[in-house]
Amino acid sequence: MGHDEYQTHDAKILTPSFIVLLTLTLIGFALIAVRFIKGIGAVTNMSDGYPWGIWITYDVATGTAIACGGYAMAILIYIRNRMHYHPMIRSAVLTSMFGYGLAGFSVMVDVGRPWNAYNFFIPSKWQANSAMFEVALCVMAYTTVLLLEFLPAVLTTLEKTEWKTLQFFMERLHHYTGINRPERMEERLEAVKDLAAWLKPRLDKVLIFIIVLGITLPTMHQSSLGSLLLIASTKLHPLWHTGFLPLLFLINCMFIGYSIAILESVISCYAFKRPYETKELSGMARIIPLLTVIWLCVVIGDLAWRGQLRTALSFDFYSCFFLLEFCLVAGGSLLMFSGKKRESIRWLFASAALIVLGGALYRFNVYLIGFNPGKGWHYFPALAELMITVGIVAFEILGYQVLVKILPVLPKLHTRQQTDVAHGLAEKA
Amino acid sequence: MAKPSRRQFLKLMGATGAALMVGRGGASASEVHQVNNETIGMLYDATKCVGCKACMSACKRVNSDYGSLSYEQAKFDKDGLWDAPEDLSGSTRTLIKLFKESEKKWSYVKYSCMHCQKPSCVSVCPVSAMTRDPLTGTVDYNKNACIGCRYCQIACAFNIPKFQWEKALPQIVKCDLCKNTNLVKKGITACAETCPTGAILFGKRKDLLAEAKKRLAENPGTYQDHIYGEKEVGGANHLYLSGMEFSKLGLPVLKDEAPAEFSEKIQHTIYKGFIAPVALYSTLCFVALKNMKGHSEADKKHGEQSDHGEKQ
Repeated sequence: MGHDEYQTHDAKILTPSFIVLLTLTLIGFALIAVRFIKGIGAVTNMSDGYPWGIWITYDVATGTAIACGGYAMAILIYIRNRMHYHPMIRSAVLTSMFGYGLAGFSVMVDVGRPWNAYNFFIPSKWQANSAMFEVALCVMAYTTVLLLEFLPAVLTTLEKTEWKTLQFFMERLHHYTGINRPERMEERLEAVKDLAAWLKPRLDKVLIFIIVLGITLPTMHQSSLGSLLLIASTKLHPLWHTGFLPLLFLINCMFIGYSIAILESVISCYAFKRPYETKELSGMARIIPLLTVIWLCVVIGDLAWRGQLRTALSFDFYSCFFLLEFCLVAGGSLLMFSGKKRESIRWLFASAALIVLGGALYRFNVYLIGFNPGKGWHYFPALAELMITVGIVAFEILGYQVLVKILPVLPKLHTRQQTDVAHGLAEKA
Repeated sequence: MAKPSRRQFLKLMGATGAALMVGRGGASASEVHQVNNETIGMLYDATKCVGCKACMSACKRVNSDYGSLSYEQAKFDKDGLWDAPEDLSGSTRTLIKLFKESEKKWSYVKYSCMHCQKPSCVSVCPVSAMTRDPLTGTVDYNKNACIGCRYCQIACAFNIPKFQWEKALPQIVKCDLCKNTNLVKKGITACAETCPTGAILFGKRKDLLAEAKKRLAENPGTYQDHIYGEKEVGGANHLYLSGMEFSKLGLPVLKDEAPAEFSEKIQHTIYKGFIAPVALYSTLCFVALKNMKGHSEADKKHGEQSDHGEKQ
């Protein structure tokens, strides 16, 4: 349970993928600047009929579900008492932190009057009937919680740092511009180190309460993300509009959370040339089918109860998207039921990917595809609108890539054999 | 106020009973939806409308300061002489449209805020920028509170609130019954004041309903036998009479239950007085602490028994 379960990934930061991601990020942020200068209409295809486009549907509603890895892992480790997964939590928390932080950022890009957002903190303006109010407060709180949960990684590094990069940078600065380093810099840097050393054990003591808060808050706002569409009873297609929306969104975010944790582990092991965590992942994969079966049962039971089963099988536009979503989730779960397939990284990856796709499609169906405001309204995201979302996602991956190389985030490779394998892989690449 | 009728009394009793069942105590009285017929609204009679659009220009003239309503130029109008909005928009709060089924069968229709008795936009606004005045029944918008999330647009079954997509500093625009303008000066909305044929009546909801019922009774055959807005989504203060089916005029077929009742019921069941989240947090804390304790003890034992731990 100590901080020695993690290690900094020792590799170059400036890789080709870094450059590609950086370019996409810069394009995205340039377009965001256009949005603030010329208005939302200048970069998007949103309209009064479709006031929520891809930004809310993907960045917020789907992005936060994909960022539920930290939530799912926290439940597994602290509530279901599977401490041997503990080494995997830091990278899950890091991706959650980026997912949620950037979802919050996207909201600020999406809303028309962000300068009024301070009203969320003024009690007289509170509107407890609004699911949006609940989501907004919870997401803000949870992002803070995630920052705190990740803080130990930063503190551990600060404690031991020798400020090499900073020293180097100051020297260069002095060399080129003649600016002298501040006189008491050494002292101040020491003070920061001392503060980190002072804070860490204290944070460790209360961390469990913060972690549990980090389980409570997503339970609240992930269900409220479903509640958001309860009011649109005339606009959301009956295949998706049900009183069970909050429950469906909650279960949905859990199975997406575990699946994405598997995907992230596989992808980062592949990309960083580390050995796969097959044993942990296949253990985790056993939980997913249970969740998806509950979810699928609620979906079918609810459709039957509301008499919509025939609509679901009518093979029209909406029915096709519903069946696609349903089959992706069901197919992925079927694969995961097999113990043999759970032992194989390929099958784990494939089935987790199917489930994430199906779960995400469900959220798209609720927020966009199944949403019909009436005759004459159409929506398909504009290129600039898409590029802003792409830019934000690119920034997310970029941040993860960089931070695992400067902070102890990834699970420590325990045995010499594992380390050797990792080195061998790295040399081959 | 008139003496409460038996019906009203029963309603009140039912409401109180329901409130007690829900268990939210005194605060819930205001949450149980009741139609208030003393509030103000408008009655639009499509059979009297001649489509002159005087109401539209009066609305823009009078309310231009509230939401900086600008003229919308049509594509055919190169000189920019005409205000020709195609739909309600960030610069148009009220609109007259013509629906033509055949040479003989056609009707005008007026669009503007329905001023619902249980408005969805008010129910969903996270920062109370949309409010309903309990005395007048006017659904109003405060741009100084609005964050521009557009949830009101998602929620409104009539697609009434409009957003200024083209502006860097946008706001929501919708009819507020001339609350700050004509109503203050002249005691009547600008559209109703201007209408040359009396197609738009302004008044208390009960008077408007009585007038609508009278017209329906006196002219059988002329009208669809329905007052649109009387019961839809829990009742609206903008009422409609028409000779053509309302659905053809772009007025959606809606249930009598307010969507906001449905969503608030679910939200309140989950968050009843914030007990559920607190209970969840404490339970989880208990479980997590127990697990942590068990684990650290197991760790100690493990450490004593064998030396090859994780440190190598």
